[in-house]
Amino acid sequence: MEQMNLADQRGSQVSISPGSRALMVAGAVIWLALFVFGLHGLYDRLAFGSLKTAMDSYIPWGLWVSSYIWFIGLSAGSFLLSTLVYVFKLKQLEKVAPLALVVALITLIMALLSIWFDLGHMGRFYRVYLHPNFRSAMAWMVWLYTAYFVLLIFETYFALRASLVRGRSLPGLAGGISRLLTGGRQQALSEEEVRRDRRKVTILATVGIPLAIAFHGGVGALFATVVARDVWHTAIYPIIFLVGAFLSGGALFTGLIAFFWPKRDDYWRATVRLLGRVTLGLLLLEALLTWAELSVPMWYGVGPEYEELKYMLFGPYGWVFWVVQLGLCTLVPLILLVSGGKSPRATGWAGILIAVTFLSTRLNLVLPGLVTPELAGLQFSYHDGRLIYNYLPSWPEWQLLAFVISVGIALFVFAVKMLPTLTGRDVA
Amino acid sequence: MSKNDLLKENGEKTESRRGTLAKGLALGLGLLTLDAWTGKAAQAASGGGQVSKDSEIPTLPPPVDPWQEDVTLVMRQDLKRALSKPVDKRHWGMVIDLQRCIGCQGCTISCINENKLPPGVVYRPVLEETSGTFPNVSKHFLPRPCMQCDNPPCVPVCPVGATYKRPDGIVAIDYNACIGCRYCITACPYSARTFDWGEFYGDIVLSGPLPYEEVPSLEYGKVWVREAGKSPIENTRKCTFCLERVERGLLPACTDTCFGRATYFGDLNDPEALVNRVRQNRQVNQLKSELGTHPSVYYLL
Repeated sequence: MEQMNLADQRGSQVSISPGSRALMVAGAVIWLALFVFGLHGLYDRLAFGSLKTAMDSYIPWGLWVSSYIWFIGLSAGSFLLSTLVYVFKLKQLEKVAPLALVVALITLIMALLSIWFDLGHMGRFYRVYLHPNFRSAMAWMVWLYTAYFVLLIFETYFALRASLVRGRSLPGLAGGISRLLTGGRQQALSEEEVRRDRRKVTILATVGIPLAIAFHGGVGALFATVVARDVWHTAIYPIIFLVGAFLSGGALFTGLIAFFWPKRDDYWRATVRLLGRVTLGLLLLEALLTWAELSVPMWYGVGPEYEELKYMLFGPYGWVFWVVQLGLCTLVPLILLVSGGKSPRATGWAGILIAVTFLSTRLNLVLPGLVTPELAGLQFSYHDGRLIYNYLPSWPEWQLLAFVISVGIALFVFAVKMLPTLTGRDVA
Repeated sequence: MSKNDLLKENGEKTESRRGTLAKGLALGLGLLTLDAWTGKAAQAASGGGQVSKDSEIPTLPPPVDPWQEDVTLVMRQDLKRALSKPVDKRHWGMVIDLQRCIGCQGCTISCINENKLPPGVVYRPVLEETSGTFPNVSKHFLPRPCMQCDNPPCVPVCPVGATYKRPDGIVAIDYNACIGCRYCITACPYSARTFDWGEFYGDIVLSGPLPYEEVPSLEYGKVWVREAGKSPIENTRKCTFCLERVERGLLPACTDTCFGRATYFGDLNDPEALVNRVRQNRQVNQLKSELGTHPSVYYLL
């Protein structure tokens, strides 16, 4: 059986249609362009620090913090999706669950890179570990996602160990990596060892649920606990962060399975349909919370939150809400999921659209709290390019984000290539 | 208008002023008489007996008259007295008389000069607000240093404890510990924290710092030369009431240079200090006190 699977893997690697090859080449070119574009941003960040960003002392958080919460949400969402299998024993998603774990790990790395680049003194990040101030929501967040990172590595390892051992005889780098990760083990895992690994995965996934909720709810709390910012300082923030994580993570995974799962069989169709339904439910819940977040403080048209949210909706960047967040991230996916519910392609597009445009939702959570002066007249008190209430990310900021995304894509492709089991290719 | 006309007009004005002065004096005497009368009446109402020493209300120092005393000299004496006490027995505070502030922004400039502040960093802006419509327009100024809150929201948010409350009430930043996450900037309700983005004014016209920008800042009593990648570049920065000056017996730069004498500085723990005396008989306000931040800056309305 093992030999057959390996033969199947080799076979699947060579049987690529000309259309798929053209798509792969196009994908590689786009990735390369993204990477080169991003490298320039990386150079700017390392050589000039924060100098080339468009942030200022009144809007001190911008694109990088927003992308950080975007990526960390994707990670928490993918992870929680995997727990449907590893904790709640949902059979339908069993084959795709390891991929969800790997996606959670990769997006976590992307999140950590984004927030690391945002630090003024990148070399001092270790101080959060050596000199933490546990009254700070940020210190808690760092410690919790470090614990989550460690847990995720172990859980992914135990979830994949059996297939890694099977993959030791694969040719080239894939076999080398499998041998390296399994310590050169020659024999296949015994049934007892497989059972033990599953138990470990179940325990880790169970511990991971409160951990993922805590660290992502914690990211929301990081904002919500700031009394000085009226829009942030609401109890709905941690909840909306969590639901956003479930939605964006679930949507990304739906898109990945719809487009990158190699076998287009009944299992694939049923899985995409199930994931599409989950995404639809979460999309509606997210829309409800967004309505609550906006309507409650704005209903009577008075108060500081009203001014800030009005700026978000009708200010110069109102299109981010109306076109991107409401249109591309909510209504279009809603139509695709409802009318094309049985079409894996429509479901996949809905997932990809939500996952990609979810950055707009994150921007609209971070920036409204910063766009109005905390004291009337502050905007006229001192004229300086870094003391203004206007923010549009600079090119170097977009470039660095492109770098982080290109790293994530590279890690994903590498993982899928090196670990065939992730796309169900050696599952008997 | 002839010289004689001018003299005549001036004479009328002088007369008019004399009249006003006389009326003022009469009113003042009248009030004094009234005060004396009410005092006697109160004594009579209480039975006319002697007030026992135990229940005697301590006498407050007389309110300051800035026209009679040189407030800068008084504050320097206050400072000397405060510095003779242990650090935890003094509590630095500031009082800003908004009726005296003319919005010249001299304090903003002297602060920049003292702390060698780069673009994007400002410790003491003067807020301006125009109210009303023409011709009934008025302009208000509000200098805004760091409030040095006794319950500062910026301190607990710091993930590495780089910002802290000193025993003398000053909220300080350990530049070499700050990781530059800017969380404290978002947490300050007064926008009193700004970030050093690494810019130089010389970048605008040249491609590097101008000679005066290479002069080090002496904040926290240390020498800080701004160089890429080194503190205080990529750090949050804030007003410290010019701690490095105060600890050497000098007033904060903003206080020393305020030619309208609108800013008073001293030890809030010292009842004799000018910062406490000027608040007598005046309406006093604090910014956003409803947040429970307990600022150490008071505004006289």
